[in-house]
Amino acid sequence: MSNGIKTVGVAGSGTMGAGIAIVAARAGFRTVVYDTRDEVLARARKQTEGFFAKSVERGKLPQAAVAGVLANLSGSTDVGTMAACDIVIEAVFEDLKVKHELLSRLDKVCPPHTIFASNTSTLSIAEIAAGSGRDDRVVGMHFCLPAQLMKLVEMSPGLKTGDATFQVAWDFCKALGQTPVKTRDSPGFILNYFLIPFNNDAIRLVEAGVAAPADIDRALKTGLGYAMGPLELLDLVGLDTHLLVAEALYAATHEPRAAVPALVKRMIAAGHLGRKTGRGFYTYQGNAMFGGG
Amino acid sequence: MNYQIIRAGESRSFPGDHPFVTAAAEFGEAVVIVGANAGAAFGKFKDRERRLAILVELGTECLGAHTGEERGLEGSNVLGFARFRLGAAPPSDLVELVRQPRTAHTAIDAARGLFEERGMKVALCGDFAGRILDRLLRPYYNAALRRLDEGLASAADLDTTLRLGLGYPEGPIELLERTGLAQHCDVTQSLFEAYGDAAYAPARRARVEKQRQELNRQGARHARKQIDGTADKCR
Repeated sequence: MSNGIKTVGVAGSGTMGAGIAIVAARAGFRTVVYDTRDEVLARARKQTEGFFAKSVERGKLPQAAVAGVLANLSGSTDVGTMAACDIVIEAVFEDLKVKHELLSRLDKVCPPHTIFASNTSTLSIAEIAAGSGRDDRVVGMHFCLPAQLMKLVEMSPGLKTGDATFQVAWDFCKALGQTPVKTRDSPGFILNYFLIPFNNDAIRLVEAGVAAPADIDRALKTGLGYAMGPLELLDLVGLDTHLLVAEALYAATHEPRAAVPALVKRMIAAGHLGRKTGRGFYTYQGNAMFGGG
Repeated sequence: MNYQIIRAGESRSFPGDHPFVTAAAEFGEAVVIVGANAGAAFGKFKDRERRLAILVELGTECLGAHTGEERGLEGSNVLGFARFRLGAAPPSDLVELVRQPRTAHTAIDAARGLFEERGMKVALCGDFAGRILDRLLRPYYNAALRRLDEGLASAADLDTTLRLGLGYPEGPIELLERTGLAQHCDVTQSLFEAYGDAAYAPARRARVEKQRQELNRQGARHARKQIDGTADKCR
């Protein structure tokens, strides 16, 4: 294992937390998931079992390995179970107050050596660390969605993060089988800093009547070899989610390109959130997409 | 559909003897004017009414610079086009096809068919500087260069993040190094002049590379003059 890390805690069992727990358990770490709600833990466990069943079906994981991986993984609504963890990765709601409350409770139950990692995509690591009770042992570890499939992890030290802490977390990330990149503790880190304004710019082209969504997406896929155009991606992510992340980035940077175009709010008001409502920049029926040309 | 090619200088869309150019007929229902001086050649082309579509290769200028505009009611059988190409890289299969508000649908369909029959893909857009891709990409490239200067991450980590995180085939820094920072400087400067938006202002690294190339050219000219001068004295 990596630099003495044997047991991993994941706080928060939503989509990101469940994905991170899969990554840790699959890499052979004893993994404890903490959430305040039993039903959320149960749902995550079911999704995890489903994910591993698919991995076996696709030949990515031998059936014989599944029982061992699942045995590594436990869930609890008792924050006291985090006491056994050498590192705790928090993946709770993107609200500084919520994160401070959680970390403050964790600080009381975890031993001094435990590192706290935050999966935040928009908040400052230094600000999160300030409410942790151990600001020299807090580090940013932003996994990409879906964490169990994406290799990239953006790692950021806060202003007070110790070099040794960062190194332990970095080695741990590699031991997970992930690809860490180092970024400064800056709004949006790398990924969201570039992605959100780029997607806003694509929306502005639609808004200004420069081109239709399908033409914009086709241009990027053909001209640059992108796997997916920005408007297809926005429909997949959901415009409501985009609004939340973009507003957080704009609040932190006040950069004009981060400001959410008015069209997004109009589309949300009309219920055009993307795939999940059957209409966004394209229309959908089941898995079929219309308007793509 | 038959098409006729009018050459007007070196074309960035169809450089050299591209099959699209060599396969053209003597006379066609459509006319494709290619080359750096396509706009000027269009100005001299009189036989416009008989053609289903007239396609004029564009640089960074708008189609309206050649056709004129009329209170938002402009449009005819004339379209602009350019195959998307980044700097020194070869042209992509993407054709940005430029229409005006009242461009005839028959002309648009004919133009689209012409390119698609030959394996290219068409993105239709309005007559705006930067069309689709330059307008979207240049602010992103400028931001990447600026954030590199500000120490957000190393060039390698910036590229890795955007490749792995977003599935882009290439990160922005490696892409600009491959295709040319100076050319990026030229394109984004023209968009900055068109829109006055700071996002298009060339990033420092792009300006520096542009300056370096200009200084090298000046140095080479100076050296040539000195060599020529020495040769004259020797005669």
